[in-house]
Amino acid sequence: MAPPRDKFGRPIVVVTGMGIVTSLGAGKADNWAKLTAGESGIRTVTRFPIDGLKTTMAGTVDFVTVEPSSSTGLTERLAEIATEEALEQSGIGRKGDFPGPLFLAVAPVETEWPQRLEVARAIGKSDFEVQDILKISGGGKFAPYHHRFMFGSVASYLAETFGTKGSPISLSTACASGATAIQLGVEAIRRGEADATLCVATDGSVNQEALVRFSLLSALSTQNNPPQAASKPFSKNRDGFVMAEGAGALVLESYESAVARGAPILGVVAGCGELTDSFHRTRSSPDGKPIIGCVRKTLADAGLEPGQIDYINAHGTATPENDKMEFLGISAVFGDQALKIPVSSNKSMVGHTISAAGAVEAIFSLLTLEHQRIPPTINYEVPDPAIPFDVVPNKARDAKVTAVMSNSFGFGGQNASLVLTREPI
Amino acid sequence: MSERKEVWITGIGILSSLGEGLDAHWDALNAKRVNIDDKRFAPYIVHPLAPVSFDAQIPKKGDQRQMEAWQRIGTYAAGLALDSAGVKGNQEILGRMDMIVAAGGGERDIPVDMAILNGYLRENSGPVFLNERLMNDLRPTLFLAQLSNLLAGNIAIVHGVSGTSRTFMGEEASGIDAAGIALARIESGQSDIALIGAAQNGERSDLLILFEFGDFNLTGGYAPVWARDKDRDGFALGSAGVFLVMESREHAEARGAKPFAKLSNVVSDLAQRKQPGAVTKSLEALWPKLGVSAENGALITGATGVHRVTSEEKAFLQQHPGLAVRSTGTIFGHTIEAQFPLGLALAALSISRGALFPPNDPTGFEVEKTDAPTQIVVVGAGHWQGEGMALVEAVKQ
Repeated sequence: MAPPRDKFGRPIVVVTGMGIVTSLGAGKADNWAKLTAGESGIRTVTRFPIDGLKTTMAGTVDFVTVEPSSSTGLTERLAEIATEEALEQSGIGRKGDFPGPLFLAVAPVETEWPQRLEVARAIGKSDFEVQDILKISGGGKFAPYHHRFMFGSVASYLAETFGTKGSPISLSTACASGATAIQLGVEAIRRGEADATLCVATDGSVNQEALVRFSLLSALSTQNNPPQAASKPFSKNRDGFVMAEGAGALVLESYESAVARGAPILGVVAGCGELTDSFHRTRSSPDGKPIIGCVRKTLADAGLEPGQIDYINAHGTATPENDKMEFLGISAVFGDQALKIPVSSNKSMVGHTISAAGAVEAIFSLLTLEHQRIPPTINYEVPDPAIPFDVVPNKARDAKVTAVMSNSFGFGGQNASLVLTREPI
Repeated sequence: MSERKEVWITGIGILSSLGEGLDAHWDALNAKRVNIDDKRFAPYIVHPLAPVSFDAQIPKKGDQRQMEAWQRIGTYAAGLALDSAGVKGNQEILGRMDMIVAAGGGERDIPVDMAILNGYLRENSGPVFLNERLMNDLRPTLFLAQLSNLLAGNIAIVHGVSGTSRTFMGEEASGIDAAGIALARIESGQSDIALIGAAQNGERSDLLILFEFGDFNLTGGYAPVWARDKDRDGFALGSAGVFLVMESREHAEARGAKPFAKLSNVVSDLAQRKQPGAVTKSLEALWPKLGVSAENGALITGATGVHRVTSEEKAFLQQHPGLAVRSTGTIFGHTIEAQFPLGLALAALSISRGALFPPNDPTGFEVEKTDAPTQIVVVGAGHWQGEGMALVEAVKQ
């Protein structure tokens, strides 16, 4: 039996439950089967009309609906589904009584257009002004919308439903949010504050305005036809990311506590790291230093050398900028080995689940360790000579994998990485 | 676990309706000054930001243009905090500094929203109209100016704080947890130094609408928090950016930094408020965890003035009649995410000045305190959820 502490004397943090929802389906089994079959969950949007939009596809989760419909409501439901799966696998606590805190990665919230329109309609006159809206907003008629559009509402619902302990933390580090939620959970266990933490990341925010906003930043692919081929990480003809929805939930526990209760150990969060880029709001520092620093910090936190990483689960958004910078960063740290380590992007299939991506991809990384099979980068027909990664093109590959690095790099200079292993190291 | 490290507050930055900086705030608090605007959003009341030249902390106009008001307020206050701690421009420290920002979101483009709503309803349009108008009328950069984690992003860009960067959300509770997590990280040695804080622009009709959905806005004229009651309750939105630099004692001593105070404890809860009395019970349960040594100390609360919460908080406070209570809501209005950081800042400031600022309360609930406080409890109870407390103490040399 391995000692219950890592080489730095900290409690080892293991994963004992995982749950996932993406545009590919609900649950680990379905997602893993489709992911390794190279299937795409990207489709033409049907949730709202696409007329007048430059980007008309997304990785929406259409098989889950909520009433009344809102992105925040869907975000909450996706998180709930993923959490139920994770808790069932973990077998921790009792129903409605999770013995630790909640860390939730969630998209920022604001009042949405259907609700804005509903309130405006209630004014009952034309040429109204914002004061007219204010006048009729109170009195209880729209009381549920206060609650719904509070930033803390999703976390509060999950905390109540699953009985997590203490003040639930909602967080956003843009595209790195999911990784940050895991990192916060790891840190709490390492500090000895908790034996178990529930780390959830969720995003159900494909609505008209969200799509338009990313579109106006020229961040999205416009290769709408066929939608399944739009997301082309590391390809020369990549032209942006594809918005997507999903959720990932992980139960983290100290190794000691997991062993004591005979819990399934699905993998180890061996290291995590982050480093902020202060260069620009949406672009990476051209020298790649923050990405390089983030990756190095993460390896150091895990106590591993670059040579001990067998697979990199890339951020791989398919924006021209990200993929180029990711290669620059990885090759600076890994040297020649960067050309040999398999580096694939799940986003070629599930799209970019934004706030959820860090957790969704951590789960795919753990499934890679479990199945010893690396999911592919699909839509890889035109290699970019400037990015000579082994991207595991188009077909999954069996491989011996003992340690995976999962990267998340986001707007606002947010960089976070995780190292996941099968066994304690 | 190694022994918990002592954590000092070595930098404070405040920009609010009362002005900017510590001297201006100390003077205003002692003069019992309150700055309200009851005309612009009448019948609602807001505490407008005091006039400020943002150039002093955000020198590039290009940076200012990329930000919404709340981001400018926060980035400015963060700069004041870094100056106050003496680490501004110190790349070696800033490059490994933790940052935890408690954030909401930025203001909508109200004229655009109003034009869309009017057009949509006038022409009985469908969702296609919305696509067209959004594609044509939204400013591309507005997204970034509203995005929660871009307050931290702007602080990184403008001031170079670039160790870790985490943005917590969730109204008042996010400010409590930002302080709590930063404290836990430094105490345990996971970090040496952190910048935490929040910002709010209270002069926003979209925020007023959101809170009006739940009937949380104060109307019928301004009143101090303790003078609000069941028939006239709620809050006036405040405008404030508040940031603190926190660091381990050894880190501060090694660089010769002086403490305002030490942060000894932060505790938080999520009471199940459907049950009457839940907030009182929650605060009662948190109190013994703080380590308060004397019942005749001082307490600064961010009580909102929302009757069903503030009445429960008052019931808790009445069980500790020896405490000299001060309400930031009376003075600054309700600053949501900044509520708790503001309480921490004023507690640390009071301890460093060797005095608690005077009461500002016609009901007499707040009492005078003449001796120098050595412990100040900070309380934050959210307007709809989230409870927390902190203990700020004088440093024993």
